[in-house]
Amino acid sequence: MAGSVLSIKDLHVAIEGKEILKGVNLEIKGGEIHAIMGPNGTGKSTLSSAIMGHPKYEITSGSVTLDGEDVLEMEVDERAKAGLFLAMQYPSEINGVTNADFLRSAVNSRREEGKEISLMKFIRTMDSKMELLEMDPDMAQRYLNEGFSGGEKKRNEILQLMMIEPKIAILDEIDSGLDIDALKVVSKGINEMRGEDFGCLIITHYQRLLNYITPDHVHVMMQGRVVKSGGPELAQRLESEGYDWIKKELGIEDETVGHEA
Amino acid sequence: MTTELKLPFDQEYIKSFSKDMNEPEWLTELRIQSLTKAEALPLPRPDKTKINNWNFTQFDKLIVKSEAFASLNELPEQVKALVDMENNDKNIYVQRNNKPAYLSLSKESQEKGVIFTDIYTAAREHSDLLKKFFMTTAVKADEHKLTALHAAFLNGGAFLYIPRNVELDEPVQSVFIHDDEEASVFNHVLVVAEDNSSVTYVENYISTVESSNSLFNIVTEVIANSNAKVLYGAVDTLAKGVTTYVNRRGIAGRDARIEWALGLMNDGNTISENITNLIGDGSFGDTKTVVVGRGDQKQNFTTSVVHFGKNTEGFILKHGVMKDSASSIFNGIGKIEHGASKSNAVQESRVLMLSEKARGDANPILLIDEDDVTAGHAASVGRVDPLQLYYLMSRGISQKEAERLIIHGFLAPVVNVLPIEGVKKQLVEVIERKVK
Ligand SMILES: Nc1ncnc2c1ncn2[C@@H]1O[C@H](COP(=O)(O)OP(=O)(O)OP(=O)(O)O)[C@@H](O)[C@H]1O
Ligand SMILES: [Mg+2]
Repeated sequence: MAGSVLSIKDLHVAIEGKEILKGVNLEIKGGEIHAIMGPNGTGKSTLSSAIMGHPKYEITSGSVTLDGEDVLEMEVDERAKAGLFLAMQYPSEINGVTNADFLRSAVNSRREEGKEISLMKFIRTMDSKMELLEMDPDMAQRYLNEGFSGGEKKRNEILQLMMIEPKIAILDEIDSGLDIDALKVVSKGINEMRGEDFGCLIITHYQRLLNYITPDHVHVMMQGRVVKSGGPELAQRLESEGYDWIKKELGIEDETVGHEA
Repeated sequence: MTTELKLPFDQEYIKSFSKDMNEPEWLTELRIQSLTKAEALPLPRPDKTKINNWNFTQFDKLIVKSEAFASLNELPEQVKALVDMENNDKNIYVQRNNKPAYLSLSKESQEKGVIFTDIYTAAREHSDLLKKFFMTTAVKADEHKLTALHAAFLNGGAFLYIPRNVELDEPVQSVFIHDDEEASVFNHVLVVAEDNSSVTYVENYISTVESSNSLFNIVTEVIANSNAKVLYGAVDTLAKGVTTYVNRRGIAGRDARIEWALGLMNDGNTISENITNLIGDGSFGDTKTVVVGRGDQKQNFTTSVVHFGKNTEGFILKHGVMKDSASSIFNGIGKIEHGASKSNAVQESRVLMLSEKARGDANPILLIDEDDVTAGHAASVGRVDPLQLYYLMSRGISQKEAERLIIHGFLAPVVNVLPIEGVKKQLVEVIERKVK
């Protein structure tokens, strides 16, 4: 079977009564890498949180489906088990739960009772992925994200991505706060996942990540909508020229949510 | 004041009970005196919990009939799980309700002159030693009504004596089984560690009955003399309906260390008091407590470290999880007496609430009567963070499993530092059972 399809149609999302997303349309297929760029406060994280089921975000209209299944009807864990993954911009810290225990629960949640991954196999897999991500082996026994540096948290998100092997992953600013070496390592992890069965939506502010992971499609978000889409060359133009030309082209004065003409 | 209920046993009864047990005269005397005083003495006043209506006095039988165990193989399965069944050379005392039911002492302990026996035998065979320490220094019989009743109705317990310079490698374990609904237990555990000795003692209170109206009135005294070291672990799992008063108190001499690791997992109403008195200069006290409350039980956990000696250090760490409509008060008291200069008192209490109806109250109290000291406290009462739940669930983990992880994680910082592997393992299992 070819890859999955995540399909977002005319999605409207509100938070605490305020409408943030105002009709987002996107389709991500297995094998494709999409990038979303856009100035601060334009709704990128809102889109990813709404897809994953963050408790604070309210879907006011529109639809999200994964291979035709209604994602918005699912509980958060069901969305994950259906094949969605979100590397969060700000991952939670959980005291007392070791990274390894957490990862094993996550892996086993996709398996039937009685068919859990053997401890040996789990450790071997985790060790090899951690090595690829150049993570200190101690990180496995540390409490989940607790006291992790910004860069360590991002690597840990990618470790989870690699262990869980979702069908469609959304990576929200996975490159923020990474030094250049870490950026390469994280990109290596993501590229490792590339293939027909893996679709990816990368939210980023920087072209430099896209130098390592070449996207098939680039979208620009402003005012809670996708206002422009194109190929990799769009990201390059944004890098060198900024967003002003798009704003001018579209007649937008203030790109943040709530400032539509 | 409400009208006092008559005590269930009178002087004559206690006198003849003491005689039947072949107790030395001093003990009979202490019982009788305490019985007399008990009538007039007030109940203790655990801060923020009213216990006037709790039943601490009414029960039918001072002793229930229970069979001893010929070997540990006869133990019920759930009790076997607490015991290292592989090891045949261990220190273990098993008590069944009021009955000393099994005792073994390792070769090492025998060779080193360690005394470990049930409290009745201790009274008969080590009368002088017992008399010296029994309710004389750590806990006094006439402190309040419950200590007095304890002395009067004493009907179980153990005595552990570690001679000078003896360092026991193997732990010493007591298992107090409650398998008769009619049993009420006035248990006394006395641990004496002489100069430069060290010991790890672990005890389990376990009900195998579903529920009962029993009374448990438990007093533990730990005397750690100069430079002695006592690690004291306990896991209490008494059944629903059991009313428990448990007072565990330690006295640390010069450079002595007392470390408590307490898993307070009773399902009935419980008043737990744990005090460490740091008498000697350079002494050290550390209390780690985990608690899970469920059903509609009411509990009060008062933990206190009192600094008398100079250069003393006291640490209190408590983590509690409250479910259903359970309600608990966590009082932590660090007290530095005048003259205890260069001392350090630190405490932390954390409560995690799992339901709207549960109640949890953390009260850190510092009482300092000396300038040249350091002290700190932290306390919090909170709920499961919905964002943490979301994060875990976004990885496919079900809500139930996510909550389980968060709860275990919350208790882990205390559970993981428990000094005794066996206790740790048991505690994890009990927690698993109680929070699910
Ligand atoms: N809890 C909230 N209450 C009110 N407004 C909110 C809340 N959360 C987000 N918003 C608003 O929604 C808008 C979009 O936020 P979002 O986090 O989606 O932006 P973003 O595009 O991811 O920005 P960045 O690039 O800075 O991460 C912002 O104006 C933000 O202030
Ligand atoms: Mg964002």
